[in-house]
Amino acid sequence: MEFGPHLMLAMLEGLVQASVLTLTALGLSLVFGVMRVVNVAHGEFYMLGAVLAWWITSLLGGSALIEFTAALILAPLLVGLLAGLADWLILRRVDYDPERTIVATIGLLYIIQQVTLMTYGPDARPVAPPFNTRLALPWFEFGENGFALYWPWGLSTTSYKLFVILAAILTLIGVWLLMAKTKIGLILRATQLDSETAQAFGIPVERIYALVFGMGAALAALGAVLVVPIQQAHYLMGADPLLLSFIVVIIGGLGSLRGTVVAAILIGMSDGIISVFFTPTLAKMLATLLVAMVLVYRPQGLFGAKPA
Amino acid sequence: MGHNTLPTRRKILTGMAAVGAASALPDVTRFAHAGSHSAPIKIGFQVHRTGIGAAYGRWYERTTNAAAKVINDLGGINGRPVEIVAEDDGTDPKRGAEVLEKFANQHGCDIAYGTLFSHVVIGSAPRAAELKLPYFVVSEGHHVASGMLNRYTLQPGITDVKSQVQAMAPWVASNLGKKVTMIYPDFAFGHDHRDYFSAAIEAQGGEVLAQIAIPPTETSFTKYFPQIPRETEIVYHVMVGPAVLTFVKEMGEFFGPNAPQLFGFVDSLEGVDFASPGLEFLEGSYFWEGMPRYAQSNQTSYDKFYRDSIGIDENGAARENAQDVSTYAHMFGCWETLFTIKDGMESSGYKGPEDRAKLIEAVEAISEMPESNEHPQGEKIFNGKTHQVFGVQYISQVEGGKMKVKHTTSLEDGYYPDEVDYTTQSF
Repeated sequence: MEFGPHLMLAMLEGLVQASVLTLTALGLSLVFGVMRVVNVAHGEFYMLGAVLAWWITSLLGGSALIEFTAALILAPLLVGLLAGLADWLILRRVDYDPERTIVATIGLLYIIQQVTLMTYGPDARPVAPPFNTRLALPWFEFGENGFALYWPWGLSTTSYKLFVILAAILTLIGVWLLMAKTKIGLILRATQLDSETAQAFGIPVERIYALVFGMGAALAALGAVLVVPIQQAHYLMGADPLLLSFIVVIIGGLGSLRGTVVAAILIGMSDGIISVFFTPTLAKMLATLLVAMVLVYRPQGLFGAKPA
Repeated sequence: MGHNTLPTRRKILTGMAAVGAASALPDVTRFAHAGSHSAPIKIGFQVHRTGIGAAYGRWYERTTNAAAKVINDLGGINGRPVEIVAEDDGTDPKRGAEVLEKFANQHGCDIAYGTLFSHVVIGSAPRAAELKLPYFVVSEGHHVASGMLNRYTLQPGITDVKSQVQAMAPWVASNLGKKVTMIYPDFAFGHDHRDYFSAAIEAQGGEVLAQIAIPPTETSFTKYFPQIPRETEIVYHVMVGPAVLTFVKEMGEFFGPNAPQLFGFVDSLEGVDFASPGLEFLEGSYFWEGMPRYAQSNQTSYDKFYRDSIGIDENGAARENAQDVSTYAHMFGCWETLFTIKDGMESSGYKGPEDRAKLIEAVEAISEMPESNEHPQGEKIFNGKTHQVFGVQYISQVEGGKMKVKHTTSLEDGYYPDEVDYTTQSF
């Protein structure tokens, strides 16, 4: 494949990956920012989103569009409720102590993964995309007849992949509006800045925590529902997103939503491009190297606030 | 005083621990009795219930249970019933070796059997030799016949990759094209394809333009396809793992209407319904099949008996659920291996673990396996020196969403010179 179309394909693949990664990492970052909880079970909430999407679409009859829309709404909601319940039953009882929450969420990781294995089983199951038209993309060249368009072999995307990118952008705008323009956003930001003072002003911090934990998990689940028509739901699919989300959140700055978005696009795009031109292994190695560099030279992350 | 009537957290935890211990008890007693009942012949079945081999594992287990039932209905082996002791190896080599230890030391199994994934076989076989436990694998890998393993490891139920690809290369070169790009999973099984198909197609005057290795745990594939050179005439694809459907779908999306010829090992779609959305582009493309998934117009009575015994319909799916598609091109190996074990045990007069060496010698003495209810895939020749069986291969074309056999190779097409003589190794 020539360089130009090759690069464009790499960028398209990278953008799809970056979109899903942004949503997943945003959930992790939100939970850390507000609650100071490192949620190791985040990848399993992602996996649950995909598995529930399969479950909902196979329970419902009707067209793929209706099934998928239902999954898009219900799966993140159910995962969010479950995460809120986990916060109420587990994290609140260990007083959000950093070490104990890490151990507790590791336990949660295994519980969710093994229960999924015992019920849903070890198979990878597909969810039909609501629409999936192959779109061949043109490229240009300056040949004997001057500027000309042509359709190179393999340069294509699908309408569904474009939808994933669009859906991620809309969700990001929604989260930003929620945080910046609404009263609940104000309360969240107040809790993030200083939870004790927030409590003194009558903010029910415990309930806010449950809400945030649920929201974080729901964002991961949403990312998974979007990806499951491209990949498939499998009980071990949570590991990669967890690792990548941590990489993104560390590079972007723990708790910084803006940093998370920038880092997710950076990592997702570079992963896509490096995977296409070189190997996926090299992409992971470079991302991990970048994390090490950030931790050494800028421990607060690219956009994180310096510790006072 | 209400809170006094509620159980405390500690009490609940103690109770849960007690329930857990109680539910573990039957297992403990079963192990304690192992050995004291020597009546059944115990076959330790190393099964991929979880991990990347799970789809195969499920069907290997159904096939094995069906074959064991047929054997028991016929009166068992040497008048003793067969008991299958299945243990999950997680499709993991380290766990595989541990499972063999459990078979030998805990369950008191007579033999071990049934492994598919080549990295698990290669990881487990040395332990089988140390335990002096006959280990009958159903793996396709060339590792048995290459001499890499040992006298205790045998593959009498399924042809190895080297023989498969050598048998098919002439047909591929003369019917599909000579400039090949190979896509294969990046572990021992895929490397067998890479090495032996490349050699076989070059022997036919063909050329391998590119070799693209993909990790079997990969979940997204479009990024690999631009490495396919433009002048490729045939894409040779073989993929395993939970994401095979994604692999084939993304390949279709990548090529669109301008695809080169596709020749795949049906591994790329084992356990997957050809009617899945996004697979329409496969119409007209070719696949290797170990055994035809769709009942052909000239179906043998043996194939019918085999399908009926496991509960598979004419499309290769479970009778009770058409979505539950079998791994039809591989699992016959389990069936045939169990009947070969039966043959070996009967001709050696196998009584117990002290006769394990006699059993291996008896199996090594087997040569011809005529097509029959015991060998429904087709006639076979077993090579006792290399511990490898040789059978016919099928090349099928997708027509109307079903695979139709276009070419059947002969046994001779798959022969190659022996690379090892295991019979010279001591027990």
